[in-house]
Amino acid sequence: MSVSLTVGAYGVAFGAASVANGFSVLQSCLLSLLTFSGASQFAVVGVIGAGGSAISAIATASLLGIRNGLYGVIMAPRLKVKGFKRIIAAQITIDESTGVALGAQKRSESAMRHGFWLTGFGVFFFWNLFTLAGALGAQAMGDTRAWGLDSAVPAAFLGLLWPRLEKNGDRALAVVSIFFAIAMTPILPAGLPIIATAFIAIAVGLRR
Amino acid sequence: MNAFWIATIGTSVIAFALKFAGHSIPQHWLESPKLQKTNALIPIALLSALVAVQTFTSESKVIIDHRLAGVSIAVLALILKAPFPVVVISAAVTSAAIYNWL
Repeated sequence: MSVSLTVGAYGVAFGAASVANGFSVLQSCLLSLLTFSGASQFAVVGVIGAGGSAISAIATASLLGIRNGLYGVIMAPRLKVKGFKRIIAAQITIDESTGVALGAQKRSESAMRHGFWLTGFGVFFFWNLFTLAGALGAQAMGDTRAWGLDSAVPAAFLGLLWPRLEKNGDRALAVVSIFFAIAMTPILPAGLPIIATAFIAIAVGLRR
Repeated sequence: MNAFWIATIGTSVIAFALKFAGHSIPQHWLESPKLQKTNALIPIALLSALVAVQTFTSESKVIIDHRLAGVSIAVLALILKAPFPVVVISAAVTSAAIYNWL
């Protein structure tokens, strides 16, 4: 729930940034409803705002969206849903819902599923609500840093990561991933340093 | 249809296609023990990278700021086995205090 609230509040910043870069309130809200992936959405309005083409905006956002596909591969065998439920599950497969679900997996399978749906719907609700609020001009609240939200989000991810670091090998992977992501940030486009660490995990997993 | 609409709709369609494709890959592709092991390692790498990027970077630059103080408090809270909301709120309060008053 705290993940839903903190991340949802970032929607204010997105709504404000989107309108400031020339998107209408309707387009801003459609991005949050349909794309529903913070990094991809910020990329779209950022690229267009900097004068980029629609194609380059879509390409950048889609590169960032590959991450969600990877999460889908991880979540599908755990959720075991079909038909309409799978469409809904796919739409709410994002960093936060996947992170919370995998964090809760150690407790029980039902806690894992509960965590996925609750976080997915929670973030969806708050993200869209606050996108609308931000887009409608609540720019005074747009500085989420003044509320400490820019630290609350990594702290939340750290809380999810912590119980998973029981073996030394897992801790080593975490440390390598942290340094790799920081080192690659000035070199690779935003989002790719995160995705790239998944390939480190794949390389390690297939060798062991 | 202008660039704003093309970007809005194009991004949304591809974003959902990627999500749904991930959910539609046959389950048995992930049944071997090595793939299961890899599957468990991926979130460790991704969560670590997310923590790192959201703590130390801003707009493709490496930056040390109030967020490091907040996340450091979160680490301390985790070492002291604090519950999840305490971890998050203590990080936010510390970060906001430094951002607003230093």
